[in-house]
Amino acid sequence: MGAQLRVYKRRIRSVTATKKITKAMEMIAASRVVKAQRKVAASTPYATELTRAVTAVGTGSNTKHPLTTEPETATRAAVLLLTSDRGLAGAFNSNAIKTAEQLTARLEAEGKEVDTYVVGRRGLAHYNFRERKVVESWSGFTDEPSYADAKKVAGPLIEAIEKETADGGVDELHIVYTEFVSMMTQTAVDGRLLPLRLEEVAEEAPKGEILPLFEFEPSAEDVLDALLPRYVESRIYNAMLQSAASKHAATRRAMKSATDNAGELINTLSRLANAARQAEITQEISEIVGGSAALADASAGSDR
Amino acid sequence: MAAELHVELVAADRSVWSGEATLVVARTMSGDIGVMPNHQPVLGVLESGPVTIRTSDGGTVIAAVHGGFMSFADNKMSLLAETAELADEIDVQREERDLERAKAAGDASAERRASVRLRAAAAR
Repeated sequence: MGAQLRVYKRRIRSVTATKKITKAMEMIAASRVVKAQRKVAASTPYATELTRAVTAVGTGSNTKHPLTTEPETATRAAVLLLTSDRGLAGAFNSNAIKTAEQLTARLEAEGKEVDTYVVGRRGLAHYNFRERKVVESWSGFTDEPSYADAKKVAGPLIEAIEKETADGGVDELHIVYTEFVSMMTQTAVDGRLLPLRLEEVAEEAPKGEILPLFEFEPSAEDVLDALLPRYVESRIYNAMLQSAASKHAATRRAMKSATDNAGELINTLSRLANAARQAEITQEISEIVGGSAALADASAGSDR
Repeated sequence: MAAELHVELVAADRSVWSGEATLVVARTMSGDIGVMPNHQPVLGVLESGPVTIRTSDGGTVIAAVHGGFMSFADNKMSLLAETAELADEIDVQREERDLERAKAAGDASAERRASVRLRAAAAR
């Protein structure tokens, strides 16, 4: 076998191996998207009931609570960025990071200090590489977040917002995550979790429903006190689940195009290898023909 | 037909039980509260403890809930809990072991969780 042909054969083998790997990753991601979507669906009843309860307390009582009242001058904001632990997901992580950067720039333009909280190794690596401060970070559960993980993340954030701004607390809490719109579309979005905009929450609640006047047990303040942290946890949990589903969908898409590209590359390389083999054969034939002609010429000459 | 109320018992990551009931007894921060159909709208903070639901077909459903809320309006009762399990799902032996371990480790919240589960399981 000629050198040229051997090189092509080797490249085809290596691309075929890569294709097998990307194909497997694509299929794993596809099954995980379905699983993650099921988890999002399973967490929906809790979230909707909780939203209803928050709306009911917020609109049905005149209670003032630090988590629902907007301070006149907000000086510090916390931004929670949700990324994944692993890459190979196309632009998934860079989109989320970009959105977070834009949000940070906007908040800073409004004159607020920004505390960054990051979930996922990818986001953390981005901030560490640029030597930017991250208040706290979590990783290791982004593929399949559980409610306990959401609680773990929400804890320090709620603590920070309950603290006075002068003691290092924050006035606002923003979250950046990737919304799972459909299998093909995932968009990085940012939203403000706290202070609560009750009108927005009310819009999410089912339409055309008149909320009843509740009796609170033990009191409206206590109910709000207990309700709002749960609300934040549930929103963070939901965002984490959507982020996980989006990540798997992005991985699936990236791996599908990698598999397609590998297939194309194999086709091109096979054609080149065929041409090289054919050229080799042609050359061998012409060498044999040329050699025998030379021999014939030589023997004809000696006879004479 | 007697009046009924619709109950949804929901944990953070799943829906635990839903159905029609004639009476729901839950433990709020200010004490046990029993809700029957046509009760006035109420929203309460739950303590961890067993919740008893008398279903309209005469049966009883008992669940252990750990922190959460109840809200009742328009004959619809939602019980929201971070974690909740039905008494039938509780493995008594495992919980007894957990209780021992939590006591030994001095983990108050784990101890409370295990004892709530055991109480719910004992009541079934």
